[in-house]
Amino acid sequence: MPNLAFDTAHLLAGGLVLISFMLLYQDRLTSLLNVYALHALVLALSVAWQARLQNAPHLYVTAGLALGFKAIIIPVALRRIIERLGIHREIETVVGIGPTMLAGMALVGLSMVVMLRVTAGATPIARQDLAFALAVVLLGLLMMVTRRNAVSQVVGFMSLENGLNLAATGARGMPLVVEISVAFSILIAFIVIGIFLFRIRERFDTVDIGALDQARGEHR
Amino acid sequence: MNHFIVPPQTVSLIPLGAAALLALLPGYRLTARLNVVATLATLLAALSLLFEPLRTPGPYLLVDDLNIVFIVLNTFVGFTTSVFSSSYVGHELEIGRLTPRYLRFYHAMYQLLMAAMNAALMANNIGLMWVAIEVATLTTVLMVGIYRTHEALEAAWKYFILGSVGIALALFGTILVYVAAQPVIGEGLQAMVWTKLVANAAYFDPALLNVAFIFLLLGYGTKVGLAPLHAWLPDAHAEGPTPISAVLSGLLLNVALYAVLRFKMLMAANAAAITPGPLMVTMGLASLLFAAFMLYRRRDIKRFFAYSSIEHMGIITFAFGMGGTLANFAGLLQMTLHSLTKSGIFFAVGHIAQAKSTQRIDDIAGLTETHPWLGWGLVVGVVAIAGLPPLGIFMSEFLLVSSTFARAPLLAILLVLGLLVAFGALFLRLNGIAFGEARGVNHPVKASYGPLFAHLALVLAAGLYLPPLLVAWFQHVSQLLG
Repeated sequence: MPNLAFDTAHLLAGGLVLISFMLLYQDRLTSLLNVYALHALVLALSVAWQARLQNAPHLYVTAGLALGFKAIIIPVALRRIIERLGIHREIETVVGIGPTMLAGMALVGLSMVVMLRVTAGATPIARQDLAFALAVVLLGLLMMVTRRNAVSQVVGFMSLENGLNLAATGARGMPLVVEISVAFSILIAFIVIGIFLFRIRERFDTVDIGALDQARGEHR
Repeated sequence: MNHFIVPPQTVSLIPLGAAALLALLPGYRLTARLNVVATLATLLAALSLLFEPLRTPGPYLLVDDLNIVFIVLNTFVGFTTSVFSSSYVGHELEIGRLTPRYLRFYHAMYQLLMAAMNAALMANNIGLMWVAIEVATLTTVLMVGIYRTHEALEAAWKYFILGSVGIALALFGTILVYVAAQPVIGEGLQAMVWTKLVANAAYFDPALLNVAFIFLLLGYGTKVGLAPLHAWLPDAHAEGPTPISAVLSGLLLNVALYAVLRFKMLMAANAAAITPGPLMVTMGLASLLFAAFMLYRRRDIKRFFAYSSIEHMGIITFAFGMGGTLANFAGLLQMTLHSLTKSGIFFAVGHIAQAKSTQRIDDIAGLTETHPWLGWGLVVGVVAIAGLPPLGIFMSEFLLVSSTFARAPLLAILLVLGLLVAFGALFLRLNGIAFGEARGVNHPVKASYGPLFAHLALVLAAGLYLPPLLVAWFQHVSQLLG
C-alpha cells in the first residue's frame, strides 16, 4: 500500500501545480474564479489525504475549510462582487501569456532543483510536497506581479496561500497548521469581502490597480 | 524586594482587552484617554518584567535578556505615541478627516497592534511569532487606509500586497525550519519552540536551514523595509495617520528585525550552515545607499522621513550582519535611539502637517519663527537622526564606523558614503523647512509637546551619558547575538 499512498499524494500535489498553470493563462475573471475553486478543491483533497496518511484528524478541519470556504464561499462572493461592481470581465496583464508561462516553467524547475536537493533527509512524501508547494507559491507570486487587476491579484495571493497549506500539511506533525489556516482564511475573508473592495468601489469606478497608480505621493 | 508577579502575557493581554473595550466605547475624550491609560498600564507591566528573575521559557512565551529590551522600548514608544495620538486625532476630528466611527476603529486597531507586536516579541514559538506579525501587519494595513483618500487606498493596497507576500515567504521559511527540526526533536509542538531549536540546531540539516533562512530573511526583511523590498514603506508612512507612521518606523520595523535576529541566532548555532552575516550586510548597505540618494528627491515631508527610516534600518541590519560584540552593541544602541528619535520626529511632523495643512516640503518654511517649539523640536530631531554629536546616534554610528574600519575597510567606506549622502539631504531639506521666510497658511495647533521632548531628551541623555547598568546589559545582549 505504500505506493498507493505516495502516488495519490503525488498526483494531488502535482495537480495543484498544474492548476496553478491554468490560473496563469485565464483571460476572464469568471473563468479565473472557476479555476481557483478547482485549485482549492484539489488542495482540500490533498490535505484530507495527508490527514488520513498521518492519522491526524485535526487536518480534516483544514481540509474542510479549504473545501467550504475557499472552494465555495470565496469564489461565489468574488463573483458577486464582480457583478455588482460591473468590473471589466477581461483580465489585463502586464506581461503577455506566453512569457508568463515560460517564466512559470522556469520557476517550477527552480523549485524542484532547490527543494529536492536540500530535503534529501526528509520522507519522500514531505520532499515532493515541499517541492510542489514551493512551485505553487512561486507561481502565485508570478501571478500577482503579472496582473493589474485587484481581483486577480487576490486570486494569485489565495493560490499562493494554498501552496503554503500544502507545505504545512506535508510537514509531518507540524503544530499550529489548523490555526494558521484559520488565520489565513480570516485574513482573506477580511480583505476580499470587506474593506478593500468595498472601499475601492466607493472611491473608484474600477478595481484596476493601474487606476490607483496615478496618485503617487511624488507628483502632486 | 517585594514585587508583584506579573505574568509576561499581561503585556499582550492588556492591549487586547483594551482593544475590545475601545471598539465598543463612543466619544473622543473618553476613548483617547483610555487609549493612553491602556498603553501606560502595558508599559508598567513590561517594566515589572525587568525586576523579575528569568523564568524558564514555556512552549509559547519567552522573556530573556534580548527581547526584554525590545519589549520595554516597544511599550514605551507605544505609550508616548498614544499621548501624541490623543491630541493628533482631536485635530483630525475637528477638521473632519476622521469621523467618530472611524476613530473608534482606529483606537481599537492601535491597541490590537500593540498586543500583536508584544506577542511577537515574547513568542518562544516560531509559529506564534509568525501569527503575531501577520496580525500586526493586518492592523497597520487597515490603519494606513483609514483616511480613505485616493492615495491612502493605494498605499494600503500596496502595503497589503507586499506585506502579504512577505508574510507568506516567512511562513514557508518557518515550515522549512520545522521540517529541518522534526527528525531531530520529533514531531509536534516542541519542534517549533525556539529555545529547543537553538539547543538542537547543531544536528539539523544545514542545507535545509540555509534555504529556510533565505525565505525568512526575504519574508521578514520585507517588513523591515530592506531594499529592494521596501516599496510599501514610504507610501504607508505618508498616507496613514501620523501616529501610525511613528509606530511603524519606531516599532514595527524593529519587531520584524527582531524576528530576523532570532533566526540568525538559530543559524549561528549550526556550524555547517551559511553565515547569515554577509547577506544582512549586503541588504543593509544596499538599503542605506539607496535610501540616502533617494532622500534628495522627496517632496513630501512624511515620505522624506520614511526614506530616512529605510536608511537607518539599513544601518542597523548592517551592524547586526557584521556581528561581533562591538558591532552588535552599536546596532542595539542605534536601534533603540532610532526608534526614539524617529517617532519623536513624526510627532513633530504630525503637528507641523496639521499647522500648515500640507505635507509638501516646498510649502513649509520658516517654522522656527511661526511655530518655535515644533520648529526647534524638528531641528533637534533631524540633528539627532543625522548623527551629529552630542546626541546619541552619533555615538552608535561612530562605534559602528570605527569597528567596521578595523575589520572591513572597504565596507566602512561605503557605510560612511551612505551616512554622508543622507546627512547632506537631511540638512538641505531641514534648512528650507525650519528657517527662512515663513510661507503658506498657519493654523493654530493644540500640540502635545511632552512626547516629542521626552524622546529628544532621552536621545540627548544617551549621547552625554549612558548608565553603566544599561551598557552592561547591552554588552551582555551583544554577546548573546554573537
